[in-house]
Amino acid sequence: MGSTSAEHDGPRGTGRRDLIKRSAALGLISVPTMSFLASCASGGGGGDEDKAEAGKKTAKNPLAVNETAQLEFVLFDGGFGKEYATDAIKIYEKNFPKAPGVKFSATQKIQSTLQPRFNQGNPPDLIDNSGAEQMDMGVLVGKKQLADLTPLLDAPSYDDPAKKVRDTLRPGIVEMGQFDGDKVWILYYAYTVYGVWYSRRLLDSLDARYPETWDEMLAVCEKARKRGIAPWTYAGKYPYYIPFSLYPMIGKVGGREVLDAIDNLEPNAWRHPAVKACFEAYYELYRKGYILKGTPGLDHIQSQTAWTKGDALFIPNGSWVENEASKTLPADFDLAVSAPTGLDASDKLPFGTLWASGGEPFVVPARARNASGGMEQLRIMLGEASSKNFTAKVKSLTAFDGGTDGIELTPGLKSGVAALEKAGENVLNPRLQDWYVQLQKEKIGVSGLGEMMAGRLTPAEAIKRIQGFADEAAKDSSIQHYKHQ
Amino acid sequence: MQHGKYRFIVGFLAIPLGLYALFVIWPFVQSIYYSFTDWTGLSPDFRMVGLDNYARMLDDDVFWKSLRHSLLFALLLPLVTLGLALFFAFMINVGGRRRKGGPVISGVRGSSFYKIVYFFPQVLSIAIVALLFAFAFNPDSGAINSALRAVGLDGVQPLWLGDPDLALWCVMGVLVWSTVGFFVVLFSAGMASIPADLYEAALLDGAGRASTFFRITLPLLWDTVQSGWVYIGILALGAESFAVVQIMTTGPGGPDYSTTVMVLYVYQKAFRDGQAAYATTIGVALLVVTLAFAAVVMRLGRRERLEY
Repeated sequence: MGSTSAEHDGPRGTGRRDLIKRSAALGLISVPTMSFLASCASGGGGGDEDKAEAGKKTAKNPLAVNETAQLEFVLFDGGFGKEYATDAIKIYEKNFPKAPGVKFSATQKIQSTLQPRFNQGNPPDLIDNSGAEQMDMGVLVGKKQLADLTPLLDAPSYDDPAKKVRDTLRPGIVEMGQFDGDKVWILYYAYTVYGVWYSRRLLDSLDARYPETWDEMLAVCEKARKRGIAPWTYAGKYPYYIPFSLYPMIGKVGGREVLDAIDNLEPNAWRHPAVKACFEAYYELYRKGYILKGTPGLDHIQSQTAWTKGDALFIPNGSWVENEASKTLPADFDLAVSAPTGLDASDKLPFGTLWASGGEPFVVPARARNASGGMEQLRIMLGEASSKNFTAKVKSLTAFDGGTDGIELTPGLKSGVAALEKAGENVLNPRLQDWYVQLQKEKIGVSGLGEMMAGRLTPAEAIKRIQGFADEAAKDSSIQHYKHQ
Repeated sequence: MQHGKYRFIVGFLAIPLGLYALFVIWPFVQSIYYSFTDWTGLSPDFRMVGLDNYARMLDDDVFWKSLRHSLLFALLLPLVTLGLALFFAFMINVGGRRRKGGPVISGVRGSSFYKIVYFFPQVLSIAIVALLFAFAFNPDSGAINSALRAVGLDGVQPLWLGDPDLALWCVMGVLVWSTVGFFVVLFSAGMASIPADLYEAALLDGAGRASTFFRITLPLLWDTVQSGWVYIGILALGAESFAVVQIMTTGPGGPDYSTTVMVLYVYQKAFRDGQAAYATTIGVALLVVTLAFAAVVMRLGRRERLEY
């Protein structure tokens, strides 16, 4: 709720009897207090007057950061830890010795810590808006709470002044930061590869290679089942993990436009033949008993554990799984990711078509006092040295294209890099999960795909239901709508 | 003189009432106010939208589902929990066989042990209870299905939380398990204050266990049962049901909306979807339901108080 500012205990100064009367009145009626209430959500005004003045623009300081202004940086303290950020802060502090030390904090409670500060108009300068308490990006953008990061993208990159930051990033990063129009609101720092994850050792022991067509997939599944291994499992309690391999499959079969139409909430987007074919392919996994028993009741950790134990062969997941499952991952597991299996040779895009996109969204608030400092800090983090540091420490790629030479990559990471190389231009980036969280997770994920994969809906019923959800969302005026550019 | 007395009373009441107004009534008023706006919760600007949020709520299928589940919780949970708690408390305190040379009334053999066992879940935080049961309900390697397999019931391997027909009952079972102990202790305390001579008289008249319970114990315990009823109803509508649904269920709230409850929906709207105003609207509906529940229970439970 809004901040409880000092003005609310005004009556305390008056007589006690007045207080009683007033509090009684307060309990009985609310209407007369409306105008007074309006001040709750908006604490201070927080205008432009307390912004730091621009500094001098030089080759070393292309964003014209005020050299004496303090920077405040709030990080999500999650799976990636905070060391990568503190290391980058050290560089910032070295570059701006006249500024007071960076005010840094790391928390898992992004929303509870920062929501009041947005409401009061004094947010920090750089935020990693991630985790379970992520603040809704659509709302932040819609309410003009974020700064446009275009100056950062057009600034020379940290390592090579001849190259703009924009040209050093991996595919999809800039686009993901846009919501409507050219402005870029978010910079996703980590880079996630989604797909089908498996143990290469286990697959080799079945004398099989990763299947490229669905017939081959079914054949591999049959082989696995004969050996007493469940071919597939997934996070049954969070069925919105299924799209990690299903969406890129739809994109591979029907082309990029099909996914774009789905993201744009176009009417009948889900009724496209490619969607139907892919749903039916996945449903066949259920029908043939290729899914680990009990999967619909497993959460992500439980399903991953069954999979690392070798009870199941394939799991749709993202590249964080290597870190997340590290405790149960056997040393000789030989983790690998593959782009999703397609249907057959008539698919629109070649095998290797992959879903890869940004994670760890960094934002600079519009009302930050030292916005250019926040962007400068990001520019440092997008330099090769910081990027390498991140990859080496947390086993994940960054938005910086490269930064993997000279460090030893773990098996999963190595296979992710190889998958990206193989994909080349064919990197897909479905946006439902960041544009329409409720639609993606609760409606399509749990009530559509989850029900279908548990065998309680046929593909046709699932498509009908999901299309209904998408149409509802398209009509719902209380949510912000976006379109692919 | 009269005036001075008034002042004296006010002097004592001012601070508690002031605190109550500031921390209880004021937030209520605020949330009712916000329910008429389009506040996102993420920015200071919002405008009045009149009854839009309420119209939207009445048209929202998920809201109705969550309301239905919350009402089910508020009706069934007290019934089952209090029924069980009364039974246990009676058996622990009164229901034992009469032993030679022992007191007139006593509990079943080992009752002091049971008392501790029943209270045990109460010392665990509800979040831990929910997590433990989430593991137990794991269909692949959880305790329940493993036990079923161990006794040869390989064919009976329900999906538990993954099955829309079972999930709500699983959640409710956990809530019963975790709350029943508190009420056993509460009712035991109430029963201890019932004079033994009433029981003696009943025994002399040849009353069995059942009639002792319904004619003596329950009527004399009625006040305690009633406040327990309101208390657990509020728990079922509020915090406890939120914790178990949020931690244990698919989604959470699923599968297929089979376990969503009003508090969960408030939370999701406010903190996932950035629709704080709509969340407060559902909160207002929850307030109405809770008040109505308390009113109904107080009304239905009104009986003449027995003095003893």
